[in-house]
Amino acid sequence: MGRARGLVPAVYILFVLLPIYWLLNMSFKTTNEILGSFTLFPSEFTVENYTKIFSDPTWYGGYINSLIYVVINTVLSVAVALPAAYAFSRYRFLGDKHLFFWLLTNRMAPPAVFALPFLQLYSAVGLFDTPIAVALAHTLFNVPLAVWILEGFMSSVPKELDETAYVDGYSFWRFFLRIFVPTIAAGIGVAAFFCFMFSWVELLLAKTLTSVEAKPIAATMTRTASTSGYELGLLAAAGVLTIIPGAFVIYFVRNYIAKGFALGRV
Amino acid sequence: MNKVVNQRAWIFVLPVVLLVAFNAIIPLMTVVNFSVQETFGDNVFSWAGLTWFEQVLHSERFHAALLRQLMFTAIILVIEIPLGLVIALNMPRKGPWVSVCLVLMALPLLIPWNVVGAMWNIFALPDIGLLGRGLNWIGFEYNYTRQPFAAWFTMVLMDVWHWTSLVVLLCYAGLMSIPDAYYQAAKVDGARRWAVFRHIQLPKLKYVLTIAILLRFMDSFMIYTEAIVLTGGGPGNATTFLSIDLQKIALGQFDLGPAGAMSIVYFLIILLLSWLFYTLMMRSEEK
Repeated sequence: MGRARGLVPAVYILFVLLPIYWLLNMSFKTTNEILGSFTLFPSEFTVENYTKIFSDPTWYGGYINSLIYVVINTVLSVAVALPAAYAFSRYRFLGDKHLFFWLLTNRMAPPAVFALPFLQLYSAVGLFDTPIAVALAHTLFNVPLAVWILEGFMSSVPKELDETAYVDGYSFWRFFLRIFVPTIAAGIGVAAFFCFMFSWVELLLAKTLTSVEAKPIAATMTRTASTSGYELGLLAAAGVLTIIPGAFVIYFVRNYIAKGFALGRV
Repeated sequence: MNKVVNQRAWIFVLPVVLLVAFNAIIPLMTVVNFSVQETFGDNVFSWAGLTWFEQVLHSERFHAALLRQLMFTAIILVIEIPLGLVIALNMPRKGPWVSVCLVLMALPLLIPWNVVGAMWNIFALPDIGLLGRGLNWIGFEYNYTRQPFAAWFTMVLMDVWHWTSLVVLLCYAGLMSIPDAYYQAAKVDGARRWAVFRHIQLPKLKYVLTIAILLRFMDSFMIYTEAIVLTGGGPGNATTFLSIDLQKIALGQFDLGPAGAMSIVYFLIILLLSWLFYTLMMRSEEK
């Protein structure tokens, strides 16, 4: 029994890693080797694909653009979601349940539906092709999610904490920033992780709202695949590099990740 | 938790409301606008009433895309939910392996969706991909760029690879919230594995499973980027799901009216089905 228990996750992890391995394997091959022969390991090991990405501004610029809008989005989403989640977890007010549901419906709006209207809206306000446009557009699904996660974490903090602080003469904002925010630091970490993740992986809106200046890395990849033939090694290396920020972020929240995926409610 | 009635709480939610309203209401109204008007370009619009809605609702193309979409969503739900549950039940509960498992499993969730598509596109190629080559080597005639069935198989496998981890992590979090005392009590009573699952674990997992099913339903219903990169909707129209069809109409043919009407019908279907799932599951929880 004990042995069989570990086998199921092990097989699954193997399945998860196989396509990633194939990408990694390919990123260290020359284009000739990729197209010419079928090899499980690179026979002529090369880092040329990576060198090219790090030396060409259109490539590494894509990473910088992506990271800029992802970071702006994460900070903005969490910052506006904090007070809102506090309101939902502590108070009842006119229309609170409807408002909460309305926020969640935005999580159900297919980006494909919004692509064209977003293009018009952000062109009209003069933000087209800036990282801010993508950061703002991604708040459509990240803000509701952040509110949802934070509300879960905040509801598990006993109300006595608030009341004691007020008795001790704390003003609301001093209590909120000095006591409450540190108390739910784990929740904030988890919410930030989710915002980062969903903004990092989304492409349709990011691609629609940018053209040259703020082009995200994912869009750079699609263009390269179509214009300069199929440079598979380069494409693979760029793909591998998009996995790294995510892996880096998971490492920081690894202890909260399970709880976070349950959106703080468990 | 008993909450205090306080209307000033609106001030706290105001930034969120403004931000989301800017992103949700203006574009949604634009879509509504498109859906009831006729345009010949140059920003000249004329009233079209419900023509586009009638056209979309009677269009065979829309029915076909909707049917494919429903089939795809049903298949991946039937695979991913039980699979995720089984993996979560077999995960180690403590020790150094927990973090390793969680981090490795979470990896696919953090890969940009077009990279997921590109990765599987290459991985499944019959000549240079490990999966495609492997399947042909075993003796299957597999070429997902030509055979509709193979395209579906690859699409489903990709989605299972991409999203089962989400179900695992949700279920795992639910399992971890069960106090040890419950298991000890079950042991004292001599409960079998199945009884423990049925009477201790499953009731505790109801909430997380609801979230898992809802999230997987919504996201698979909106699948676009991975699918377009993997197969481009083909071969033929075999894997043209709703989002792909919508983009073909809106950006490919620039038929804003029908695209707008289709968007609204599409959004309403997701809302309706999500609401239905949610109420059904919450009702069964009350029982």
